Amino acid sequence: MAASPLGVGTTAVLPARRPQPGAWTTLVRFSRKKPLGAAGGVIMLVILLTAVFADQLQTYDPIATDAAQSLAPPSWEHWLGSDHLGRDIYSRIVHGARVSLLVGVASTLMGSVLGGIIGLLSAYVGGKTDLITQRFMDILQGLPLLVLALVMSAALGPSIGNVILAISIPIIPRAARVIRASVLTIREMQYVEAARAIGLRHLRIAFRHILPNTMGPFIVLATAQLGGAILVEAALSFLGVGVPEPYPSWGRMLSVSAAEYAQKAPWLVLFPGVAISLAVFGSNLLGDALRDTLDPRLRGA
Amino acid sequence: MKTYIAQRLGIGLVTLFGMSVVIFLLLRLAPGNIVDILFSTGGYVNPAERAAIERELGLDRPLWAQYVEWMGQLAVGNLGKSYRYDLPAWEIIRPLVPVTLELAMLSLIISVVLGVPLGVISAVRQDTRLDYVLRVFSLAGLSMPSFWLGMVIILGLVAWIGWIPPVTYVRMSENFWLHAVQFMLPALAVGYRSSALIMRITRSSLLEVLREDYVRTAWAKGQTRRAVIWRHALKNAILPVVTVIGIEFAFLIGGLVVTETVFNLPGLARFLVQAILWRDYPIVQNLVMFIAVVVILSNLLVDMLYGVLDPRVRYGS
Repeated sequence: MAASPLGVGTTAVLPARRPQPGAWTTLVRFSRKKPLGAAGGVIMLVILLTAVFADQLQTYDPIATDAAQSLAPPSWEHWLGSDHLGRDIYSRIVHGARVSLLVGVASTLMGSVLGGIIGLLSAYVGGKTDLITQRFMDILQGLPLLVLALVMSAALGPSIGNVILAISIPIIPRAARVIRASVLTIREMQYVEAARAIGLRHLRIAFRHILPNTMGPFIVLATAQLGGAILVEAALSFLGVGVPEPYPSWGRMLSVSAAEYAQKAPWLVLFPGVAISLAVFGSNLLGDALRDTLDPRLRGA
Repeated sequence: MKTYIAQRLGIGLVTLFGMSVVIFLLLRLAPGNIVDILFSTGGYVNPAERAAIERELGLDRPLWAQYVEWMGQLAVGNLGKSYRYDLPAWEIIRPLVPVTLELAMLSLIISVVLGVPLGVISAVRQDTRLDYVLRVFSLAGLSMPSFWLGMVIILGLVAWIGWIPPVTYVRMSENFWLHAVQFMLPALAVGYRSSALIMRITRSSLLEVLREDYVRTAWAKGQTRRAVIWRHALKNAILPVVTVIGIEFAFLIGGLVVTETVFNLPGLARFLVQAILWRDYPIVQNLVMFIAVVVILSNLLVDMLYGVLDPRVRYGS
């Protein structure tokens, strides 16, 4: 025991730091405790791999039309059948994974990061700024998510970038609210006071000291929004204001043409819908499990 | 209490004002107006004719003047004229309101009737096989697009009993049963999704309450299971459920946008989509404001209900 300046063996009192478990161990432990969450993770992984390797997995060009194969039922040639233009449904679904994931993840990230920063600064600064920001968030939250996204998407015009923007804007107030609430409590903690006492600048305190402690709620929030974002993209594309041709999007595969031929060719309706549901189901399962693990207070909410 | 309501209404008005600016600008930023869309189907564009129509609709005036006019008209209860149909907007919107309200109320009833009891069962049988089945059932409801579920329901009916739902709207006065079925199907598709949320919140809220001391006391007094759960515990667990129901009501209207399209019902939500595509500003602006008013009022109503349901809640500044 070395003599410390205070003459007390402070170093000895500190407990030895437990080694952090490796990534693999964490993963195994997580899936043992949360089998449903792990199943959701696997579903999302499969969809991610499908999106990445869509070119290798396709059996036909997803946008090539073939009049002879119009409305062909599922068979060895066309695993999930073909649509009215003779396009292969399976190949279109495989490529649709790209659009759904890209739009879902990008809009969720954009909305939650922007909303998170707004919530962080608004709660940290407080006072009038906070009040005014809150009112702005009220405006964005005054409409159902789909209605706002619909108006935005129609106003911006059809393109993937615009759809991402249109879906991310309604996510901002929801993210801002969650992060604001958690910053309000963190702000009052002693370590923040200590940081202020040693003269750190505000931005540094906000982003380096407070922000990392909001990561739990942030991840929970983002995974919870992901499923919703995928659903909204599907709805927008279904209504014809979402992802434009020629990208195969699950939502648009269900739109007018599918509804028209649905009686003759139910596979037009069934398979893209199953794909959407599976993706959202996977992200919901994963989101639930992550929430239980990272934020026990919200358990089951 | 009165000052609280006044305060909330004031905030609501500010929100509505902000919303009107946002919607107004969004629509004007959109590429093309109704004149472009009219001419794009005609093919030939005569600049003089175009300018004439724009002048007639007031689209040639500066944005702020258009906005001030809209607000002025709104203040005296005039919703303006639909560009597309050349009819007063209110005349077009009025018959749509009951369709959407009926659908929304039905969906809400279905979601509560389904969601609350299932949530209670799930909580009481926590971690049993039944609980797992119910939780997966509710998660599935949250995962399926309701418009797709609607399509599948129609397909199923056609395939199994060979019955095709009517493709055009049937009034209640024409044929009550056909009308009821026509509304039940989309209400089921939308209500299932909302019921999932209600079930989840009921479950978690009840689980928390069931651990409280007063519930243990009730058990100890020898009360029946039914009395403990439905009378003692649920009463306190229902508060968060009411919040979710309020939020869901607003959300339902969003979900109806697509469902009304699938089931070909002449409601507000379906009309909104068409009006947006046509750049029919007076219709879109006023419909969006209407939805916003519904959202704000239902939020306020929920907060009011708090005080009724739970005497511990006090409204102060």
